[in-house]
Amino acid sequence: MSEPLLKVRDLTQHFKVSRSFTVKAVNGVSFDIYPGETYGLVGESGSGKTTIGRSIIRLYDPTAGSVQFQGKEISGKLDRATESMLRKDMQMIFQDPMSSLNPRKKVGDIIGEGLDIHHRYSNTAERDAAISEMLEKVGLSTAHAERYPHQFSGGQRQRVGIARALVMNPKLIIADECISALDVSIQAQVVNLMKDIQDSTGCAYLFIAHDLSMVKYISDRIGVLHLGYMVETGTTEEIFANPVHPYTKSLLSAVPLPNPEVEKRRHSVAYDRAKEGVDYAAGTIHQLEGTHTVLATDEEFARWTA
Amino acid sequence: MEMNEKAILQFVDIDISFRTNAGVVHAIRGVNLDLQKGETVAIVGESGSGKSVTVKAAVGLLDGNATVNRGQILYRFKNNDGTEKVVDLLKMSKRELRTTVNGSRIAMVFQDPMTSLDPTMTIGKQIMEGMIIHKRADKAAAYARALELLELVGITDPEKRMKNYPHQLSGGMRQRVVIAIALASDPDILICDEPTTALDVTIQARILELIKDIQARLGLSVIYITHDLGVVAKVADYVNVMYAGKIIEVGNVNEIFYDPKHPYTWGLLAAMPDLETDDDRLASIPGSPPNLLHEPTGDAFAPRNRYALKIDEIADPPMFQVSDTHFAATWLLHPDAPKVEMPAELRERIERSKKEAERYL
Ligand SMILES: Nc1ncnc2c1ncn2[C@@H]1O[C@H](COP(=O)(O)OP(=O)(O)OP(=O)(O)O)[C@@H](O)[C@H]1O
Ligand SMILES: Nc1ncnc2c1ncn2[C@@H]1O[C@H](COP(=O)(O)OP(=O)(O)OP(=O)(O)O)[C@@H](O)[C@H]1O
Ligand SMILES: [Mg+2]
Ligand SMILES: [Mg+2]
Repeated sequence: MSEPLLKVRDLTQHFKVSRSFTVKAVNGVSFDIYPGETYGLVGESGSGKTTIGRSIIRLYDPTAGSVQFQGKEISGKLDRATESMLRKDMQMIFQDPMSSLNPRKKVGDIIGEGLDIHHRYSNTAERDAAISEMLEKVGLSTAHAERYPHQFSGGQRQRVGIARALVMNPKLIIADECISALDVSIQAQVVNLMKDIQDSTGCAYLFIAHDLSMVKYISDRIGVLHLGYMVETGTTEEIFANPVHPYTKSLLSAVPLPNPEVEKRRHSVAYDRAKEGVDYAAGTIHQLEGTHTVLATDEEFARWTA
Repeated sequence: MEMNEKAILQFVDIDISFRTNAGVVHAIRGVNLDLQKGETVAIVGESGSGKSVTVKAAVGLLDGNATVNRGQILYRFKNNDGTEKVVDLLKMSKRELRTTVNGSRIAMVFQDPMTSLDPTMTIGKQIMEGMIIHKRADKAAAYARALELLELVGITDPEKRMKNYPHQLSGGMRQRVVIAIALASDPDILICDEPTTALDVTIQARILELIKDIQARLGLSVIYITHDLGVVAKVADYVNVMYAGKIIEVGNVNEIFYDPKHPYTWGLLAAMPDLETDDDRLASIPGSPPNLLHEPTGDAFAPRNRYALKIDEIADPPMFQVSDTHFAATWLLHPDAPKVEMPAELRERIERSKKEAERYL
């Protein structure tokens, strides 16, 4: 296989909230993303998915561990050239569209901002055409360029964030819950668009989501995060065909189906780490078949694979 | 307009437009919707179809550039002396709404949690505030209840989390705090706008069960906006499908999922990937929704509808009745219309769903 585009090693991110309370958001997480692939990151709410994304794109300074992008270490201090390369080649689509879009700017200018900074056009007509084209691609219209973020519906705003990232043609896009506020038909449209862009530009995605059917559909490989630990990784087939970790199992069992007679009667399998006495800090990475791995103590591993 | 006897909240022919730089956007074009006591009504539909604007009108939170052209939102409640009263929420001033209805009687969970949280105040204070103002609870009681609510929405270490500011929480935690704030006031009506979009399925299931439980105990009525059809199947008694500012199909949850009549509803149900989907591309509804800067002539869905009839280009279809509870606005239901069946793939999927359901009966 080719060299990874992104290499994350033992990434740790702790937040000291007060003298007596430190949130251990991410604990020794490692994974690689290869050019042109989609890596799905799933996990419980609060498990550290957004924090991982924000640490990679340098919005947080990691407590420990390393992040390499295109062969360059990018955690810690950077020279101007690397900084500029990152701004161009790595983009993030944020989970909370309202707070990531400047409320005083028109949407057209928000999408055009990156193009402006990197002088990606030779005249304004070209710039406006690029913005219009992007708006249409995400299912909005040229007239929307004149509006302000608060004048949009939730899903429309989410698509503005997607357009802003895609217009830059980056090599890696960190997409944090980028389709969760969209109805299924627009989700399909946006996911198809992301796939098309990937086919034509070879970009890679770190696709953070909680919707397993979508993650299964779009990802080549998957990492399952729980309480800041990567508890299971593997190809999409490996994870879905043979989930081993009890959290992954409960996640797969809880997907609500569009079938009212079933849903009204079904109860999901809950997983309570404390009750089952699973100790993540004591676990080590155990290899299953192929690339499939699970975090477990020897005893847990024996029990889960029995 | 006499209010429907059983309804607690009734939207009657709501029509709203927005002034924008590009012109007037006619976003809501005659919406009717009933909510009965103790029931859950879901609103689903395309992004931008008007779900949020419709419910925001009920709580007086429309943007400044909005105009309500027509309609009433009738709300029935018990006065403190026990007498019943019906008011039109659209006739009340923002101030009246805030002091008498919002928060205490009708609580809303917004789509974008950051917009309803105060970034400068700890979440503990924010949960307690409403209880102290609306319920005149004393501080200790409010504190205890806030802890309990945080625990119920699945936030661990609640004592410590009470002191967190919103930016110190994950997206899904913020969403759950907003739900806790809404529940803190023991409302009659809970309006949830995409309340679980950022939650993984295990926590989502827990929140949905919590709301159901409160509903069973206190007779809470719920309006639930979501695009997640699995969630709709789980929580809803009735489903309203919205398209381009109108409700185009309504029915009880089984009618909508097992016997949908409107081609847009067909498209919506077919677009949902299930865990068995492995086609190369997802089915989406081709084209885009109409630009409501220009009033559509005929049926707004016609340009994207492969089953459209000639008449769709000329006249907007009325609601045709399918059963006591099931209505759809499509000319295909007119007695003179040619007989058109739903797409075969959807038919098969529904048949599979029904078979699956038999195992649970
Ligand atoms: N700036 C911060 N200060 C303090 N704690 C933080 C900060 N950012 C995140 N956290 C904490 O880190 C943990 C992980 O949060 P993160 O946002 O990464 O979760 P997530 O997996 O993205 O969850 P969700 O699915 O709910 O968005 C949470 O406990 C959160 O409270
Ligand atoms: N303040 C505003 N000014 C102009 N247009 C607006 C304003 N607020 C909403 N709109 C428009 O009204 C329409 C309905 O918006 P609404 O927020 O109700 O959609 P929605 O159905 O909730 O969609 P989503 O699923 O994406 O949240 C959209 O086309 C939106 O762009
Ligand atoms: Mg997050
Ligand atoms: Mg909305």
